[in-house]
Amino acid sequence: MKTMELRVTVNGQPRKWSIGPGDLLLDVLRREGFFGVKRGCEKGECGSCTVLVDGRAVNSCLMFAAKVQGCEVLTIEGLADGDRLDPIQGAFLDHGAAQCGFCTPGMILAAKWLLDKNPHPSEDEVREAMAGVLCRCTGYIKPVEAVLAAAKQPAKRATRKREPAGVAR
Amino acid sequence: MTGRKVVGVNVRKVEGHKLVTGAPAFTDDIEMQGMLYGKILPSPHAHARIKRIDTRKAKALAGVHAVLTYKDVPRVPHTTAGQAWPEPSPYDTYLLDSKVRFVGDRVAAVAAESRAIAEKALRLIEVDYEVLPAVIDMELAMAPGAAVIHDEPDSTKIYDRSHNIAGYILREIGSVEQGFRESDFVVEREFRTHRQQHTPLEPHITICWLDPNGRLVIRTSSQVPYHTRRQVGQILQIPVSSIHVIKPRMGGGFGGKQEMLLEDICGALTLASRRPVKMEFTREEEFYMARSRHPQRLRMKMGVKRDGTVLASQLTVLATTGAYGSHSTTVQGNTGSKVLPLYRAPHMRFECHVVYTNAPVAGAFRGYGCPQGFFAQETLVDEIACELGMDPLDFHRMNVIRLGDTDLLSAQLGEGKEGLPRVVRSCGLPQCMESAARAIGWAQKRKKFPSGHSHLRRGVGMACTMQGSGIAGVDWASAFLKMNEDGSFYLQVGASDVGAGADTVLSQIAAETLGVTLDKVIITSGDTDITPFDVGAYASSTTIISGGAVKKAAGKVRAQVLEVASRMLDAPVDQLDCANNEVFTTCACRKAVSMTDLAMQAMYKEKFQIMDGASHFNTDSPPPFCATFAEVEVDTETGQVHVLHLASAVDPGTAINPMQAEGQVEGAVAQGLGYALTEELVLDADGRPLNPNFLDYKMFGFQDMPKLTTILIETDEPLGPYGAKSISEVPINGPAPAIANAIFHAVGIRIRKLPIRPEDVLRALHAERPANLDEEAMFAL
Ligand code: FES
Ligand code: FES
Repeated sequence: MKTMELRVTVNGQPRKWSIGPGDLLLDVLRREGFFGVKRGCEKGECGSCTVLVDGRAVNSCLMFAAKVQGCEVLTIEGLADGDRLDPIQGAFLDHGAAQCGFCTPGMILAAKWLLDKNPHPSEDEVREAMAGVLCRCTGYIKPVEAVLAAAKQPAKRATRKREPAGVAR
Repeated sequence: MTGRKVVGVNVRKVEGHKLVTGAPAFTDDIEMQGMLYGKILPSPHAHARIKRIDTRKAKALAGVHAVLTYKDVPRVPHTTAGQAWPEPSPYDTYLLDSKVRFVGDRVAAVAAESRAIAEKALRLIEVDYEVLPAVIDMELAMAPGAAVIHDEPDSTKIYDRSHNIAGYILREIGSVEQGFRESDFVVEREFRTHRQQHTPLEPHITICWLDPNGRLVIRTSSQVPYHTRRQVGQILQIPVSSIHVIKPRMGGGFGGKQEMLLEDICGALTLASRRPVKMEFTREEEFYMARSRHPQRLRMKMGVKRDGTVLASQLTVLATTGAYGSHSTTVQGNTGSKVLPLYRAPHMRFECHVVYTNAPVAGAFRGYGCPQGFFAQETLVDEIACELGMDPLDFHRMNVIRLGDTDLLSAQLGEGKEGLPRVVRSCGLPQCMESAARAIGWAQKRKKFPSGHSHLRRGVGMACTMQGSGIAGVDWASAFLKMNEDGSFYLQVGASDVGAGADTVLSQIAAETLGVTLDKVIITSGDTDITPFDVGAYASSTTIISGGAVKKAAGKVRAQVLEVASRMLDAPVDQLDCANNEVFTTCACRKAVSMTDLAMQAMYKEKFQIMDGASHFNTDSPPPFCATFAEVEVDTETGQVHVLHLASAVDPGTAINPMQAEGQVEGAVAQGLGYALTEELVLDADGRPLNPNFLDYKMFGFQDMPKLTTILIETDEPLGPYGAKSISEVPINGPAPAIANAIFHAVGIRIRKLPIRPEDVLRALHAERPANLDEEAMFAL
């Protein structure tokens, strides 16, 4: 099979990979051990495979790997600075925004893309920017709160209470 | 509750760090030397016999290492249900068969060096089918002359195969005939529900290989590692001891991964090729080759006194399980046993036929028969209350099950057999109703019945629901704890964290009992070689059953810890307590020893390891309760229903981790909203799925969610660890009926079919009279 050489920077490290012309970025990244890039549909419909290419959120399942020649790719593995989590990652933990965690890398990177361009988004802006990522576990409530918390913005759409039952046990 | 340090606290998820950093935690996140890619050839026909199958060309293709058809594998009737032995589901499924029974059924399987080669090999398999008449519509399944789907003689536990009846249930307490006679009003209505798919973001995936000892290792995204091990042993006819099932992090299950869908065939390919094999469903395959929620037709009849007291309720269900009977009688049994007893009627009757059709297979799905039943019951109750001129909230206040009540229907209707009576030992339902009603503004909004000429009309509606916590007398679990030199503990549980946070909750229970901080508990779950037995994650059992086992095991280990401390501190055990990683005397002297020093003492001076295990089961299944209130806006020009606000108040017993508990409610509500309004796997007349993708099958997304109010009403359940019951299932039941009732409040039409599509709303609005008046609204006896 014909191969080509792909030169790309992934999470700050220059890489040189041999790829097939039809290889998808999702497959190449996972093959190279970036397992944080998830395969949820392979059709651009779920956002689990989201990575940042030159700072822009893309569905890696829809992009030929050859297209990232010379680009900077950020995957979830590259977001934390050593042991120091990115504020979005910390907020996801503090707000219980990851349940099964399968959609979490895509969500966090979509949020990163948003906050990089718009550090103080409104709740609607968060929901719009992250609309490409599907989640079956959280109902999106806590992820939205986490992103807003990371941006030090208030969350308004959801409220919650916890009260012990009174008369009944 | 007083003095608790870890239980009831919003701790970070124990496995959270690896999830937010993308660490390789899931089944697919490994690369193995020489791993092959397995694929299934799905049937293109809903019902056909394989006349001839020729795999020679596929086998000859370079890179293909195994091709299997029914000729190559043992024929063992079984169920894929993943239930405790002996399974109540029929044994009507085969690893591979000479007959196919739905579009997507297994025809053959290949293992090849790449996915592309595997897909090519599938195309090279030549199959001649004798296409048989298919039964797609469940209404026709029992009709005389309908094609018989399971005509093979060796299947067992099928209720009536010649009429395509997988299972039949009839139970009655009291006498509904008498109840209806004594009622002032009797109302009967018909409801229809549809096929919803679980759509975990991680589709089913399994990787198998042979370890150096020749044992079959199955790394799989499964809710039931132990049942999977037993089933694979049964199907491949190899000893359980030669199978090792590992459940890594799971990317969601929702009941769909209680089913063993890939492990058996992947194991067979591994045994045939002697190479590691990976199999995963594509998203499209997940939609129709995995499982879905049982579609049902429900006729519900209720008799009430003039003052609103419910005397009798009767639910008659026709459901389809699709081509195989996995969970057929148990899901449908729950439609009766968990739904009808919400009301304190002395007379109840439940009857159900579960039929085979040549359609994708239904199975376990969060809610397990209750979303269907509660849609019918709560919509009917709303209609009755409105017709009686009662506020539905008052109707509920008056009639719902209470603390101290015994639910006798559960005694008659267990998991495919007689069950056990259910006693309500904790009940926060009244507070759930009041609290959620306040959140939605019920009192004000019910009063001003929307009028005016705007095409946007608003209304509010409500529903009450309940569920169980584990299967009484069936579910059981075990846990093991051992202490390390640094005062930390290994916690080993067979429980399977589906993604909902069981690993965290179980660690919290252990830490609380042992008096250590959460970081001192290192959990391993769901590995059949390492962890003790657990039936697995289903039936809302993990917190109460597995948690019960953890609490017991931790209690035993705590006793050992105190004995060592007693010797070290020279104090009697009954004057010792532990907290914050130390053991201390409770008397005025306040002597203390750290867990680390204590562990060193035990291990190196006293020369024994502090460790113990325990098993646990319950003979009752304490119900969690939920009140769901919805405010909707109906566009009378388009039929679009927009949910403005949804309030869900749940009584989960004690919330071991309130933040995670809220997350369960929020996720269940999102899934319940999809069930109510947008999600349906649609089949054409030949049983082919029309929308197996996320564009055409619409789940709720970030921008679709309404304002949501989540309320936890905590009670103290005597049968649960630290008072916990369960939470993940019950909130999914309420959105559909609450929304249907809010639509009635808004525009005066009754919707009795799910999902509530704009075209149905519009059609009902344009009917000459509102739909509820089409039929005789109510007849007095
Ligand atoms: S896997 Fe790429 S969008 Fe779903
Ligand atoms: S946390 Fe499971 S899919 Fe989002």
